Amino acid sequence: GILSRKMSIDTYNGSSMIGMIGKDCIAIASDTRLGVQLKTIDTNFKKVFKATDHCLIGMTGLATDVQTLASVFRYKTHLYKLREGEEIRASTFSNLVATTLYEKRLGPYFADPIVAGLEKDHKTGKIVPVLATYDLIGCYQKCSNFAVGGTSQNMLYGACESYWKENMEPDELFEVISQCLFSSMDRDCLSGWGAEVYILTPEKLIVKRLKSRMDQF
Amino acid sequence: EDIEMSYLEELNMGGFTTENTARNEVLAQKGFDVKSRCVKTGTTIAAMIFKDGVILGADTRATAGEIVADKNCEKIHYMAPNIHCLGAGTAADCEHVTLMMSRKLELFTLNTGIEARVEMAATQLANYLFNYGGHIGAYLILGGIDVSGPKVVQVYADGCKTYLPFIATGSGSLGATAVLETDFKEDMTKEEAMKIMVKAIEAGVYHDMGSGSNVDLCVITKEGAQHYRNYVSKNKKEFEMKDIYKFQKKPEVLSTKEIPISSLIVEEGDQPMELQLN
Repeated sequence: GILSRKMSIDTYNGSSMIGMIGKDCIAIASDTRLGVQLKTIDTNFKKVFKATDHCLIGMTGLATDVQTLASVFRYKTHLYKLREGEEIRASTFSNLVATTLYEKRLGPYFADPIVAGLEKDHKTGKIVPVLATYDLIGCYQKCSNFAVGGTSQNMLYGACESYWKENMEPDELFEVISQCLFSSMDRDCLSGWGAEVYILTPEKLIVKRLKSRMDQF
Repeated sequence: EDIEMSYLEELNMGGFTTENTARNEVLAQKGFDVKSRCVKTGTTIAAMIFKDGVILGADTRATAGEIVADKNCEKIHYMAPNIHCLGAGTAADCEHVTLMMSRKLELFTLNTGIEARVEMAATQLANYLFNYGGHIGAYLILGGIDVSGPKVVQVYADGCKTYLPFIATGSGSLGATAVLETDFKEDMTKEEAMKIMVKAIEAGVYHDMGSGSNVDLCVITKEGAQHYRNYVSKNKKEFEMKDIYKFQKKPEVLSTKEIPISSLIVEEGDQPMELQLN
């Protein structure tokens, strides 16, 4: 029957996530479903975490490893602050994520992170968005436009390729990232049940909860 | 007062840890399809010796299964000022192994004052990869010029290394090798060599599904390494929308929270930082 169907590690819990670069801002959006194969058990599950004021990390994949890695990164960023006396920068944090994942090369965590942050170039003073995506063993890919992950990854690629444009203001960025997430999430049985969008600008972090279809598995 | 931080001594300070292996094995036994989901660089990479040095060429596509994960990734990695490296196989392994080796070479140069040698890098890589029995999937081509002349070496994940005048590796290597076998000759000029390398990589780009997008080149001579990022870029997106698409229906927002954050700090030299622990 349908419940005895064997599912793989990546589709055990289900998720959808996008990171997108705008003009001096960056956004990361994710669904909020937590499922166990075809059963939904939580509709308010957090998958995007704050590393510092200027850097967010969202993770897709096996939910237990998402939460474990969130603790590992919280621990490492706090130790960094104690040792160095300042918050870790977004580009340094994105490197830390790659090495943390590669430490477990021979027995990996089944989570694929997306790091989204902002930092200031100390020579020119310009705001530089930092967007990076990784596979489960830390293949660090710097992205200049968007990064996607989760069970609806293939559909998200298509949606983002069509609608992403360069130099979007925060409002436009919010609109585009939400529309891309919804059009892919609605076609994926394993993600949905609500969405959260985080828009990071140099002055503030805007967190929006969106209304979505409530009829996934 | 001195804070007792002896637990810091026991922290893992780099290197592989194997805490998850037992759990992952149990998951595999329970019937979970624990497939490898690593990004692979199904790729076309090639290197060739010419009169004044070596030339390295690569495509720029990174794949995750059948999906193109990155349309313009960089496959020519820096190892030393006179040595560069191309990687195929598991992308994370290529990247991290190359980084580790380049740091070892840097330390060697700092300690002895001697320029790094291709043979040294190749031997150390081959020994390291052999110890892991091929499980670290790094299939590398090293190219560089040192006191003993220009050298091109192929180091495979199981630990073998081969010195050749020209090499191509990756899923598109069949096309590239065919071109190199036909057109390679000894003592080519830089222009001739670049033309042939572009032809070889393009053979992979157009005939192999795992390779695509642009062609990157790197020419290493006694003067140093010169990069030609996206030297040939004929595969651009055909149709681009001019403006932002006007969506018919706006997303419905249930709640908005605006959290003010501290301002981005620009480092200004020696400034004592106040440590605030909250």
